[in-house]
Amino acid sequence: MLSIKNLHASIEGTPILRGINLEVKAGEVHAIMGPNGSGKSTLASVLAGREEYEVTEGEVTFKGKDLLDLAPEDRAREGVFLAFQYPVEIPGVSSTNFLRTAVNQVREYRGLEPLDAVKFLSLMKEKMKLVEIDQKLLSRALNEGFSGGEKKRNEIFQMAMLEPTLSILDETDSGLDIDALKIVSNGVNQLKSADNATIVVTHYQRLLDYIVPDYVHVLYKGRIVKSGTKELALELEEKGYDWIKEEIDSAATV
Amino acid sequence: MLYLRSQNVISLNNSPIMSKDNEILEEFTSKEYEHGWSVNYEADEAPVGLNEEIIKWISAKKEEPSWLLEWRLKAFRTWQEMAEPNWANVTYPKIDFDKLRYYSAPKQSNKPKNLNEVDPELLAIYERLGISLNEQKRLQGIAVDAVLDSVSVATTFKGTLSKLGIIFCSFSEAVKEHPELVKKYLGSVVPMTDNYYAALNSAVFSDGSFCYIPKGVRCPMELSTYFRINAANTGQFERTLIVAEEESYVSYLEGCTAPQRDENQLHAAVVEIYAAAHAEVKYSTVQNWFPGDKNGKGGIYNFVTKRGICAGDHSKISWTQVETGSAVTWKYPSCILKGDYSVGEFYSVAVTNNYQQADTGTKMIHIGKNTKSRIVSKGISAGKSQNSYRGQVQVMKRADNARNFSQCDSLLMGDRCGAHTFPYIDINNPSAKVEHEATTSKIGEDQIFYCNQRGIATEDAVALIVNGYAKEVLNQLPMEFAVEAQKLLALTLEGSVG
Repeated sequence: MLSIKNLHASIEGTPILRGINLEVKAGEVHAIMGPNGSGKSTLASVLAGREEYEVTEGEVTFKGKDLLDLAPEDRAREGVFLAFQYPVEIPGVSSTNFLRTAVNQVREYRGLEPLDAVKFLSLMKEKMKLVEIDQKLLSRALNEGFSGGEKKRNEIFQMAMLEPTLSILDETDSGLDIDALKIVSNGVNQLKSADNATIVVTHYQRLLDYIVPDYVHVLYKGRIVKSGTKELALELEEKGYDWIKEEIDSAATV
Repeated sequence: MLYLRSQNVISLNNSPIMSKDNEILEEFTSKEYEHGWSVNYEADEAPVGLNEEIIKWISAKKEEPSWLLEWRLKAFRTWQEMAEPNWANVTYPKIDFDKLRYYSAPKQSNKPKNLNEVDPELLAIYERLGISLNEQKRLQGIAVDAVLDSVSVATTFKGTLSKLGIIFCSFSEAVKEHPELVKKYLGSVVPMTDNYYAALNSAVFSDGSFCYIPKGVRCPMELSTYFRINAANTGQFERTLIVAEEESYVSYLEGCTAPQRDENQLHAAVVEIYAAAHAEVKYSTVQNWFPGDKNGKGGIYNFVTKRGICAGDHSKISWTQVETGSAVTWKYPSCILKGDYSVGEFYSVAVTNNYQQADTGTKMIHIGKNTKSRIVSKGISAGKSQNSYRGQVQVMKRADNARNFSQCDSLLMGDRCGAHTFPYIDINNPSAKVEHEATTSKIGEDQIFYCNQRGIATEDAVALIVNGYAKEVLNQLPMEFAVEAQKLLALTLEGSVG
């Protein structure tokens, strides 16, 4: 589904990603871990098409298409979803209104009829249960005055509404207490199917207790330096990132 | 005695940001004005120029009584002594008033007695603007007075309204049919000598709308005037007078467009509102005069005086405006809160793009006791435009317990526009409570990217964000108008992302 080959990207001339290779197949869950500043969030942003990052080398194909060639909105319409680490506030625009615009633009791109108000609201009711989100929250201005947990829950709710094929969760666990973490993870797990894939970007192993990955990759200095299964995450939890850093840094000086 | 005067001038010119934004901005600001077309019709025109003979010509053309001609001439003589105001934060070349034409009307062989007799070509102009003057086709609930250049061409639903004693007609007709009312109220809220453009309007005004709501009547439909400038090199000087007697209510709408022309055209209107005890008048404007092209060529100079007086106790006047057009705007719809417990409101969204300049705001003059006013102003600047809010809150000596709340927000798009706020507060009574809040923000790349990531195209994202920003004001508009205004905002700003 997603194939990343030798991806290099920089921001304002500073290289951040220095040759990422990653294959993600339908039905899989991949966790991207790594110390602060290793490039995890940059990878998520580059895949979603954030403009301040410049791709200097490499290629990314998504469902056979050149992903880097598509505008951010077209990537979304093709089925790439990014759950933001820091969702923005849009004053005066209700979540409901925002999502209705989004859902119908995605549907139009896919050649589907727009949903009328009644159908849209019943779809919303159905998906609201997944993340136990309150309707009152959805009639408020998007993310305005939401708590950290409410923002993250709203992200997963949007994911449920847009039914993406590739979901990228960027530090979705940050700022969540254990109850909220369970609710959010439960939502993600219910949305999992044989036809879609998930990339979980996280600093801590904690989230992976709830969203169990098929593969774990460690990102360091803009490269994937170690890949394994969920046991790797447990090892990182126990030993921290220092042993990997030392391994890589000493290899580099040799 | 507490005497407090403050004059804060807050100006903010946006600092340079990333070039990517500018690219998007360039791409966007090329949107064309939708109502830029004009129609050729045989016109009945005054000669070019401004002098007493011209004023007599206009007055004769309209078969006016002598008192009105005298009133006009007095205004003209005063105007000649006055100087053009230069305190507004706008610049434009000096207007040569002798080169303008002050009257132009489509030639109609006989005065139409009803809608069926109006020249179909003229009705077609309004059809094309999306304003159907055909009562059958029209949604029930809105009566329209259509003003083309210097005259009113048609007024709908007059019959229905007259059964309730409501008078809704062109100004010229009111002068003929209801001279006592016109004489009583004309110039009572905006004196002929009030300011330069009000004096000019008083001298040469050609037509406009007149509306009278008798005591205790709630007007069952929205009344509206649709102003269209068609003729070239002609100024439009209309007057609107609304009188709401005790315990009456009316909601009034005003819309305007003009053809796209290379030269600037002057629009200097006067609106007067009189509200008696317990009366309520809601006045909404969606102003979409031709703003000039993207290089700043052409466009309307919109120099307008709008004022209402809450003459009776517990009366209320509410102004709502969505200003998207005009090259230069100079406009301060105001409320004189004379009656005790009277309420004044001003809700405004002013958008400027390309080279547009707007200096707009309001005045709330608290005279009566326990008077309240509320100001919500939302400025949006894009392109190379300059957008200023100028507002005055004045609390007079005997206005015990006066309350004012003002909120002035500015939204900037791109890095070459300016937003300015000039609030004036003048308090002469210690019991007054005046609050002023102001914010300045920018449409963030983050917000746009967030929308993009959910599949929303950039243009729609901007429309969504801007409409969210302006929501508090748009909510004040009557339903049908609110939808129009939302579309207009999106259209005006299409391509001005920053």
